[in-house]
Amino acid sequence: MEVVLFWALAAAALVFGYLVFRLDSMAQVTFALLASFLAVAGLVLLLGLGYLGVVIALMMVIEMVIMAVFMIMFMMNPAGLMPMTMVHNKVGSAVIAIGTFVALVTGILLVDWPAREGAPPPDPTFALGEALMGGQMLTMMTLGVGLFATIVATVVLSTDRGRYGDER
Amino acid sequence: MGEMPVVPEPAALPWWWALLLPVLLGVGTWLALVGDAVCSGERAAFAVPGREAARLLVGQRRRTVAGDTVLGRIGGGVLPVAALLAAAVLPLGERPVADLSVGVVWFNAMEVLAWAAVWMVGWGANSALGLVGGYRFVAQGLAYELPHMFAIITAALGAASLRLTTIVDAQQDLWFVAIMPVAFVVYLVSAAAMAFWGPFDAPVGRDVAGGAAVELSGVDRLVFAGGRWLLLVVAAAMAVPLFLGGGAGPLLPAWAWVAVKTAAVLALLLWLRHRFPTVRMDRYVEFAWVVLIPLAIAQALAVALVVLGGA
Repeated sequence: MEVVLFWALAAAALVFGYLVFRLDSMAQVTFALLASFLAVAGLVLLLGLGYLGVVIALMMVIEMVIMAVFMIMFMMNPAGLMPMTMVHNKVGSAVIAIGTFVALVTGILLVDWPAREGAPPPDPTFALGEALMGGQMLTMMTLGVGLFATIVATVVLSTDRGRYGDER
Repeated sequence: MGEMPVVPEPAALPWWWALLLPVLLGVGTWLALVGDAVCSGERAAFAVPGREAARLLVGQRRRTVAGDTVLGRIGGGVLPVAALLAAAVLPLGERPVADLSVGVVWFNAMEVLAWAAVWMVGWGANSALGLVGGYRFVAQGLAYELPHMFAIITAALGAASLRLTTIVDAQQDLWFVAIMPVAFVVYLVSAAAMAFWGPFDAPVGRDVAGGAAVELSGVDRLVFAGGRWLLLVVAAAMAVPLFLGGGAGPLLPAWAWVAVKTAAVLALLLWLRHRFPTVRMDRYVEFAWVVLIPLAIAQALAVALVVLGGA
């Protein structure tokens, strides 16, 4: 069962990733990318990492929807009503993409993987939290507060009024 | 270093409940629709949902020129599916269909799928007003989602678990609504917003002739509108295990208390919609960022202090 799921999700991730470059509508491309990420989230869930898998799905949906807005905003042919190609330098990018894929796959197949030692913790979510918040508490808190302050500041600056109120 | 907590055995219902869940949810939604019709003062309120569904089922589907049918259809279909998947972690009585260890996060992840779905539907019709509706939802998305997330996570914080059955168990002595009233109110408001409902219906508002749903007719509209109602019912039902003690209560069995409490939350949301007009979007976004998010964070901080003090 897990093997079947693994191959189905892996194939889905690849196919949707390929479609990102084949489809000619910006909107469809965005959601093909989202589908690819969701398949990866499924693979993470298969590893038994419930929290990470679901958070990847949650974050990717939010990110891709926001990205759809920006991608369409900046594209010359947003709706894809006329066929357009998603890649510049088609041959070059295809060579790089396929080359990287082949190199990675050969690496995976050739490396002599060590046998697993130890067992996963009973609650991987707790272990993850402890790894992030235990020794690295200060780093994570600084990062978290910094990121959040950035978001708030960006929103404040991008509102119509700016930070100086109504007087301009 | 903290002690690794004992992982509780998943307490899920038998698998065939997965088949029963859509039926249960459908009945709940039907009752909510009847309640809404009663609030609007319509005659023969009990027949309203059935009549409307039948009318849409036999109605013709509208086609638009050069529309993106693929995305439009997927978007419409995602709404009810996301609502159903979100309901899987909902304790129906004492146990849910799927007792995930990260149930709270799963619920939220399924909720935000509505974001993508509404945008896809608005985009799919290749209609200006539809697109305006879709963008409205996306533009307000973060203002809806962030307070919502903080409210949900405060309940998880109070129980020190992301598992819904554990959150319910943690409320045996005192319901979370008493410990974290602010989080409860924020949850209710943002839950209605996540289902773009009541005062938050700008994405499908009348001022843009129905917004994201402007070109939907027939089956497409039935699936979209039905999905939206399902989403609202699930979001209202989720307030019960998060803040209202789940199935706890005297005399009646757990499932009956869940039903009663869900009905009460839904009634409150229905009243909200009939009492208040659509909120101006820029006003709500400002309110969410300047008032709701700081309040929700302060509430989470207070709960964190209580949890640390109690341990």
